[in-house]
Amino acid sequence: MKRPRWTESLLTVPSFVWLVAFFAVPTLLVFAYSFKPAELSGSVGEGWTLDTWRTLANPIYPAIIWRTIWLSIICTVVCLLLGVPVAYWIARLPRLWRQRVLILIILPFWTNFLIRIFAWRTLLHPDGGLKNLLVFFGWAQPNDQLLYNNGAILLVLINTYLPFAILPLYAAAEKFDFSLLDAARDLGATKWRAFRSIFLPGIRTGLLTAFLIVFIPALGSYAIPAIVGGPSSEMIGNKIAQRATTDRNLPEAAALGAVLTLVILVPLGIAAFLRRKDQRETPAATDGPAVAAGPGGSHP
Amino acid sequence: MKQSRIPLLTGLLVLVFFYLPIGMLIVQSFNAAKFGGQWNGFSFRWYEELWARTDIHQAAWNTLLIALLSTLLSVVLGALAAWCIHHFKTRTQRVHYGLIYAPLVVPDILMGLSLLFLFVNVGAQLSLTTIVLAHTTFCLSYVTLVMLGRLQDFDPAMIEAAQDLGAGWGTIIRRILLPLLGPGLAAGALLAFTLSIDDFVITFLVSGPGNTTLPVKIFSMMRRSSPQVINALSVIFMTVTFVIVLLSQRFTRSQT
Repeated sequence: MKRPRWTESLLTVPSFVWLVAFFAVPTLLVFAYSFKPAELSGSVGEGWTLDTWRTLANPIYPAIIWRTIWLSIICTVVCLLLGVPVAYWIARLPRLWRQRVLILIILPFWTNFLIRIFAWRTLLHPDGGLKNLLVFFGWAQPNDQLLYNNGAILLVLINTYLPFAILPLYAAAEKFDFSLLDAARDLGATKWRAFRSIFLPGIRTGLLTAFLIVFIPALGSYAIPAIVGGPSSEMIGNKIAQRATTDRNLPEAAALGAVLTLVILVPLGIAAFLRRKDQRETPAATDGPAVAAGPGGSHP
Repeated sequence: MKQSRIPLLTGLLVLVFFYLPIGMLIVQSFNAAKFGGQWNGFSFRWYEELWARTDIHQAAWNTLLIALLSTLLSVVLGALAAWCIHHFKTRTQRVHYGLIYAPLVVPDILMGLSLLFLFVNVGAQLSLTTIVLAHTTFCLSYVTLVMLGRLQDFDPAMIEAAQDLGAGWGTIIRRILLPLLGPGLAAGALLAFTLSIDDFVITFLVSGPGNTTLPVKIFSMMRRSSPQVINALSVIFMTVTFVIVLLSQRFTRSQT
């Protein structure tokens, strides 16, 4: 069977080589560049050094890294807390309405995400409608600042990533057999107990996908903190972009990029661990790939 | 059994949360006031101002050109990749699938940064070309996955049957592959096209001075000019995307 092998290589080469050249090699380059000295001219010096990694111990970086992590954790938790009831709601609707509501959920996210962030900036603006409303009801003081802080970032992060949580949760909930909940109730379980010990484990694949799809992009956020965040609420993404473009300190951008990559391996590791555990317990469980549902996908 | 109201209420709340910013944007784009604070009456002035901005037209043209080129490239590469992964179940293809899949879990900022390093490393000038290369790379993964989904319903025995009946590759492509896989190709192409038009973070990092796309232009305008022009631009941008999405829904539906 010589011919098929030859055909396979010929057909595989274009995309394979493309991804090696434009994805695998560049990813390794980031790590390599973090061990290069930076020059004041903005270029990268000769030789190898650990200096860049030492500068990361500078007090501002641990604070930024920590902020990135906790903002992403809160964002993920809120997205799951809101996403589960919404997925439950849609899955129990009549078929026709399920389609309609799903389209309603997805539609706003076909708007360019920069535009959506910008809209939030207008909405949260000191003279904006939301602020006036809050002041009118006495829930905010006229001098309160809604923009340029961690709260604003969190709000827009949740707004951006919530649909990416809802879609996999819905996909799992749709396959869930809701008569199991009735059965649990007949056996004397409370509503909450049935929900917790039957429904939640039933949609665990969806929960895992939602966690990955929200948490990882949130860790890499750049545009959201850049537009609605203030100078004291930067995330790793902002520092990476700032070092790579305005300051032109490529090694430092590389080192921060390497740190972010390492941070991202944690949720991926957790997911791999849970998936393996799941497969050991229920050998029949098959996991579909955790793919984003559409444009905008994992790319905001 | 009485249903809990919590899911319904959360659902409605979430829908309001999603539509609030967009609704306000559309309303504001027709507001005559220079800043969004108060309502000065209905006006088309921001759309007129937009019409006169040649720099925005140039950015729009760049966006379109980049999207067309990277769609073309990623569809050709993606269709080939999907075909190989589906057809040959070898170890090479498992690595191939890994390479297709990995870019999906990497945040934009890292992908942009690594591509920037690649271009710096080989001494390439940042230009429209570097943007096309970057866009093709992330579109490729999505196109391949869409195509793989379509190929699952495709029976390769049909090709062998056609060959047994004496069909050449030209006929097979025209009579079997295109009609059966065409809708998948179209859906993949529209997906790549919208992804390319929409991308900001990666483009921002790999575009040189003067080579802006619409999202990058919008980002720089946010810091300077009147926000109202951006509102008008956003509404037009949004309308165009919706039309593309409706088209892609058509293609997807005709398949299933």
